[in-house]
Amino acid sequence: MRGFRGLVLGVLMSVGAIAGARAQAVEIEYWQYVFDARIKAMNELIKRFEAANPGIKVKHTTFPYADYQTKIAAAVPAGQGPDVVQLYYGWLDNFVGAKFIQPLPRDAFPHDVIEKEFYPIVQTMKRGGEYYGLPTAVRTLALFYNKKLFQEAGLDPNKPPQTLDEYLEVAKKTVKRDATGNMLSAGAVIDMPGQDLHWWREVLLRQMGGKPYSDDNKTIAYDSEAGAKALNWYADLQRVHKVGQAGFMDEGQAAFRAGRAAMTVDGSFRLGAFGGIKNFEWGVTELPASADGKRSNFASYWVNAITGKPTGAKLEAAKKFMAFTTSPEAMQVWLDMVGELPARKAAAETEKNLSHPIYGPFLKALNYSQATVFVDELAQRQVGLDMANRVFIQNQDAKASLAEAAKAEQAILDRFYKK
Amino acid sequence: MTANTEVARSGGRLWQGLTLQQKQVVWAWGFLAVPILFYGLIRFYPTVEAFVISTTNWNLMNSPSFVGLANFRRLMADPVFWQVFRNTFLYLIIGTPLSLVLAFTIAYHLDRVRFMHGFIRALYFLPFLTTATAMAWVWRWFYQPVPIGLINDVISSFGFSQQPFLRSTTQALPAVLAPAIWAGLGFQVVIFLAGLRAIPTTYYEAARIDGVSDFAILRKITLPLLKPTIIFLVVFSSIGFLRIFDQVYNMTSGDPGGPLNATKPLVLMIYQTAFSSFDMGYAAAQTVVLFLVLLCVSLLQLRLLRDR
Repeated sequence: MRGFRGLVLGVLMSVGAIAGARAQAVEIEYWQYVFDARIKAMNELIKRFEAANPGIKVKHTTFPYADYQTKIAAAVPAGQGPDVVQLYYGWLDNFVGAKFIQPLPRDAFPHDVIEKEFYPIVQTMKRGGEYYGLPTAVRTLALFYNKKLFQEAGLDPNKPPQTLDEYLEVAKKTVKRDATGNMLSAGAVIDMPGQDLHWWREVLLRQMGGKPYSDDNKTIAYDSEAGAKALNWYADLQRVHKVGQAGFMDEGQAAFRAGRAAMTVDGSFRLGAFGGIKNFEWGVTELPASADGKRSNFASYWVNAITGKPTGAKLEAAKKFMAFTTSPEAMQVWLDMVGELPARKAAAETEKNLSHPIYGPFLKALNYSQATVFVDELAQRQVGLDMANRVFIQNQDAKASLAEAAKAEQAILDRFYKK
Repeated sequence: MTANTEVARSGGRLWQGLTLQQKQVVWAWGFLAVPILFYGLIRFYPTVEAFVISTTNWNLMNSPSFVGLANFRRLMADPVFWQVFRNTFLYLIIGTPLSLVLAFTIAYHLDRVRFMHGFIRALYFLPFLTTATAMAWVWRWFYQPVPIGLINDVISSFGFSQQPFLRSTTQALPAVLAPAIWAGLGFQVVIFLAGLRAIPTTYYEAARIDGVSDFAILRKITLPLLKPTIIFLVVFSSIGFLRIFDQVYNMTSGDPGGPLNATKPLVLMIYQTAFSSFDMGYAAAQTVVLFLVLLCVSLLQLRLLRDR
């Protein structure tokens, strides 16, 4: 009997304690997708934030990547969902259009500070003069190379190619084939479903004097001489020089990881996966420049944004939390735990980070990177894949394939901007 | 108070006024109401809802606006849709007959095997139990080029040139279909076996005594008596092939639907339109088309195969 009474008392007391705490603290909800390192980093950030702001509790909810957008889209009409949310920068237009996220309040996020301290790619977050989200970390591309294969081909493993011509030369020297011509090891990875689409669109195209879209992003601009030149250069790696092969080892990153590709263009988000490689040493260098020294890169990122849900005290709490996740302190935590690059110049370009053999090349790229504005990321990606496949599989002329792609993608853009 | 008793009494009188048969009908409908309500809510309501959504422009986050038949007009003008439509029918017209002939041949012979019958049957059934995703990935690796692709390794070791399989616009669809047929085979074999076992042996004994050939027995006795089994399997596997998704999605996940949509079935197109483009009205229009196709194909098959 005593035990029972004790139990009841205990339950009552804990209910009271929870209710009491609830009455004082503001609870806000934060959503992101499931990725182990990101979850751990965010838990650490929340811990630090709550310690500094005792009146605020942050509830951290995660979903599998594949369901993420759907969950958000389904939660909004139901009036549920997060107060602060993480989303891919390429989804922004859909979320802004649906009024799912609100402009970042200028008092907490002054525009002059954003423009002075963050990398210029965050301009992509601006709609109608207002910023809608800010990243903690950003990712860029770089050239990963296999030092062992360089050595076997008689090349200096500490002198990776710096220009596109050198890149081609190295690829020719490192490719391996058997007697019947079957590829055993690629000189250069050809993988449009991987990062090559971005390499082509934001890097090669610009290096050949073109650009992917008009300045207002509403018109396709890659259907040009430069576009054909870039596509031909890329396709010739397989068609003419035979230094790589689309679909070799299924995926480009798998080929590199297995030690069967001398070079691959990939993102900083791959560092974790490549970190597990035991049988050979690899290096990272900036993406090769064009003959006249022109460089470009593709940066992508996840941003944090405040949804339309919080008001009053919750909005104040959301602003504070959002400001903390984009602080230099949070960025260093993110770099250390997730391996993604800080979005603020000062936090990123410390002497230590810049001279880092792996982070260095990625960080340098941030100063000349471009971020593509997407209105329907996967559909636009499909257009790019089809464009390359027509050239690779059906031997279509690059110019004709570009024209077809431009028409298809323009239709996607028109449908979006017409609304 | 008095009004209530009045109602209860008149209710009781109403019930007592019914004949026994009428009471039975009331009871029957009472019981039937539960599954009908359940079925209506779970099956018919969403179907009707899909028709309604197909006439709207809706991205989940805005409020749907009525656009009439615009989504269907867009569908008719979409070359990808026609490619996808063609693929879907290719899955059906290659997949269904091929899998049925294979399954019947295996079942017909397995029926005669006494030695380790159960074990062999289990071997055939095993792929049906495995998840489609795992299977699709294993087959995906089989199809890879040298040096990791099993099939290409064999082909090139005999001195033939490698085949592109999943990287080809012509070979990709049969390459995706093969594991789908293989995976469903076990189920069909087991159903066929059950059908074969259900045929009374006296027919066969009589035929043997009359000296009828094996082929004639197959044509005159086995196949006609298997008709209900065949109808079931034709309809069932047709619906399966028309709704193929897992195999395709997993075997070509980098470029979903294969190079230049070579393997993309309608269900995958619906999935992409709905859950990556969030174009719900357009996706619902595709769903309506799929529904109508399934309905027509099933009705046509039932009509063609029914007993006359």
